[in-house]
Parts: sequence; C-alpha cells; structure tokens
Amino acid sequence: MPDSFLELIRCSQVTKTYLAEGEPVPALGATDVSVSAGETLAVVGPSGCGKSTLLLLMAGLEKPTSGSVEFKGNTLAKPHREIALVLQDYGLFPWKTVLENVELGLRIRGESSARTRLNELLEELDISDKTDVFPQQLSGGQKQRVALARALILRPSLLLLDEPFAALDTLTRERLQDLVAAAWTRRKFGMVVVTHNIQEAVRLGQRILVMGKNPGAILETVENPLACDTNCRGSDVFFEISRRVRSLLEQTG
Amino acid sequence: MRSSKWSYLWAVAVLLAVWQLGAWWAGESVLAGPVTVMVKLGSEAQSAKFWKHLGSSSLRIFAALVLSFVAAVPLGLFLGLSPRADRIARPLIYLTYPVPKIVLLPLVLLIFGLGDIGKIAMLCIILFFQLLITTRDAARGVSRAARYSLYSLGGTRRHLFLHVVWPSSLPAVFTALRIATGTVVAVLFFVESIGTRYGMGFYILDAWGRGDVPQIFVGIVVLALLGVILYETFDILERICCKWNQL
Repeated sequence: MPDSFLELIRCSQVTKTYLAEGEPVPALGATDVSVSAGETLAVVGPSGCGKSTLLLLMAGLEKPTSGSVEFKGNTLAKPHREIALVLQDYGLFPWKTVLENVELGLRIRGESSARTRLNELLEELDISDKTDVFPQQLSGGQKQRVALARALILRPSLLLLDEPFAALDTLTRERLQDLVAAAWTRRKFGMVVVTHNIQEAVRLGQRILVMGKNPGAILETVENPLACDTNCRGSDVFFEISRRVRSLLEQTG
Repeated sequence: MRSSKWSYLWAVAVLLAVWQLGAWWAGESVLAGPVTVMVKLGSEAQSAKFWKHLGSSSLRIFAALVLSFVAAVPLGLFLGLSPRADRIARPLIYLTYPVPKIVLLPLVLLIFGLGDIGKIAMLCIILFFQLLITTRDAARGVSRAARYSLYSLGGTRRHLFLHVVWPSSLPAVFTALRIATGTVVAVLFFVESIGTRYGMGFYILDAWGRGDVPQIFVGIVVLALLGVILYETFDILERICCKWNQL
C-alpha cells in the first residue's frame, strides 16, 4: 500500500452504470484502486469488463454512479490539469496540424511560452520534422507519438493511456512501449495503461490489475518488478509474469 | 487546379455542342444557338439596364446567403452541441421543414412587401432550413472521443466549440452552401417574377413576353454563371479554410 501523501489517485468502491434506452447497464462493479506518484499500473481484462470506464473515471471525464474518485486527496469532479489522457484512436484533431495538436493543451491553459520544452519533446518522440503536416498524413505509430507529445507537454503527474497501441503492428507497438517506458523513466509520472495485450501490460505496469466482467471488477493484482526496465522482454521473469496474467485472464472466460 | 480548368473546358465544350445541335434541330426561333446568344450578351452588356438587372439579383442572393448563414449556422451549431435545446427545437423544425416554402411566397410578400426585403426574406426562409439542418447534424456528429480529448486537455465548452465543433462542421457548412446555391438561384427566378422591374427573373420573363428568345437565353446563361461563380467561391473558401479536408 503506498504512503497516503504519495498517493495520486484513489478510486473507492466506484461503480458506473450507464443508461441505454432507459435501461441501466452496469459497466463497472464496486472497484477500489489507487496509483501512487511515479507508479505504473496496467489494467487488463476481457472486452466489456469496464477497463476504459475505470480510466474515464480516473480522468474525471465520467462521474461514478457510486463511490468516489480522489486526486491528491480532493474529489475529482472534472478533468484535472495534472492528469493527461491518451486515447486508443489517438484523439487527434484532423483539422489541426501536428504542432497545433501538440500545442493545444498549452494554448487552452495559457502556457504559450514553452517553445524549448516543446521542441525537446518533439525531438524525443521523433516527430520534429512532422510539425506542419496534418494527422491524416501520418502513420498510426506517428499519430500515437503526437498523441503522447500532446499529453506529455502538459507535464502530467498522472498519465492515462487507453489501449494506446491497439491499432498498431507488433514492431511499432513494441517501439512505442519502449518510448513510453523511456519517457516514464525520465519523468516518473504516475501512469495507468489499459490494454488487451498481456506483453504490453507486463512491459509497462509495475502492478497489473486483472479484471473480470459481469460485473466488471478487479479479480487479482500481479506485482511486476520488471516494468519499464530496458531489455525486460527476453527475461524468464517477463515470460513467467506474462503466463500468470494469461492464466488469470483465461479464468475470466 | 489545372485538371479542374481542363474539366471545365471539356464540360463547356460538350454543353455548347449539345446546345448548338439542339438549336439546329429546333430552330433559332425556339432555341437560340450559343453564337446568337453570345452576340446578344455582348450587346446587352453595353446597356446600364442589363447591369442593373444583374446587380439587383446579385444583391438579393448575396444578402439572402449572408443573412441565412448568420441566422442558421450558429443556431445549428448550438442545437448540435446541446441535446436538450435540440429536443425542444426538433418538433418545430420537423413540422416546418417539409412545408414547400415557395407556397409561402404570397404570404411573405404580403408581410415583408413587394420590395427587396420581401424577396430576400423568401430566399432566406428557404436557405435557412437547409443550412440549419446540415450544420446541426454535423455538429451533432462530433465524436465522444473528440470531446474527451478536448476536455482532458483542460478545455471548456467554449474551447470545444472553437477547436472541435466549428472546424469539424465547416466542410458540411460549405456543402450546405453549395447545395443552397442551386436552390437560391432557382427560387430567385420565382421571386423576381412578382412586383419588380429589376432582376434576372424579371429580365427573362420580360424577354419571354416580348418573344425575344436570345434574351431569354442570355438571362438563363447569366443565372447559370452566377451559380457557377458562387459555387466556385465556396469551393475556394473551403480549400482555404479546410485544408485538412482536401488531403
């Protein structure tokens, strides 16, 4: 259990029920989860188990039906400036160039004097030569780099990634996982990664939450000392943890 | 751009050829040929009265487009953004939209008078609904992911409108304007057939009354060119404002 003063976000007995054509549809059963500063958490589970819902609650974009979400000890009622979100379909605005997309958060927050930081970040993510093009002119991997840049430029304490690399091929996916791991090593923000991919969860999550559905809830937490380590992929422990997560997922049906 | 010019040249050549063939078949007294009409256009262009006809029509179209744009587009964006307001307005829109507006012409002229205001009001009523519904639907189509993205960056509803709803709806607004162009030119002919002595509608009907077939065709060609100019203007504006949509 992390020290409370280091705790970034805490979800206490949160549930979420959506209304579909007037009928209540439970998306997430009572769930407790917390993330400390500098900690990485991966959430895996079958489709429809409420992983993304949990992330949206943590982002302050959805309100829980019951329970509470607290960020740094305060109830999270709306998106917080220290929380950044990267979506599966990148969430880039096709009518804005790469630079305009990356700068948008800064512009909205009135932080326009971050030119050096911006250039460094674009270099780090290898998109500095793409600033004037539109997202539709980029490959999937490049789009995701832009989405990451847009989140990281805001220097978040908590980075939330919703199936960030689901649409990418294996090699690009692994490169981007390494990129995220490197960005985390450099900045040590808290991070929550929702993913279908077991290897991705083991690559990025120091703790791996395995969720089941009907109703969506956390079944088990797997500790993972390898997360974000360089060259972790080839190690026996990596395969062992991957196997464990897989077997837990198989039990969820 | 170059290929667009060539397509235009090709289309004009085909139209002129078909037109000329029709003139030969039907006879110049029924269907004046392109050469006769161009000669007539050249002579008409020398008279100030012709330009007054053209000026009156252009002014009415321009005023109607501007006024209906200013009234319909912001309202469409607002209804698209606000499901509650849309729920309230929807029955009113759906009850009034299917009514063929042209049948309201006598009523509109009775209320707004036979002058320019009445004619512009009639054009506005027709354009308003086309622009309103297209814009509302485009604004309503903004994805949840786009909203989440914007809000997670710290954006407010104002930012959502400025950075998401407005730019994403703009191509649909231009499409609506292009469709409206065809409608507005067609309706213009009707509204200018009543209570006016100036405008291309009157110009054509006047020529018809006098049996001046070449002048009828001059009027038709000028109205068509007016439509092409408007259409191309919206195309150019869209290329400038929506570069992203041209890729």
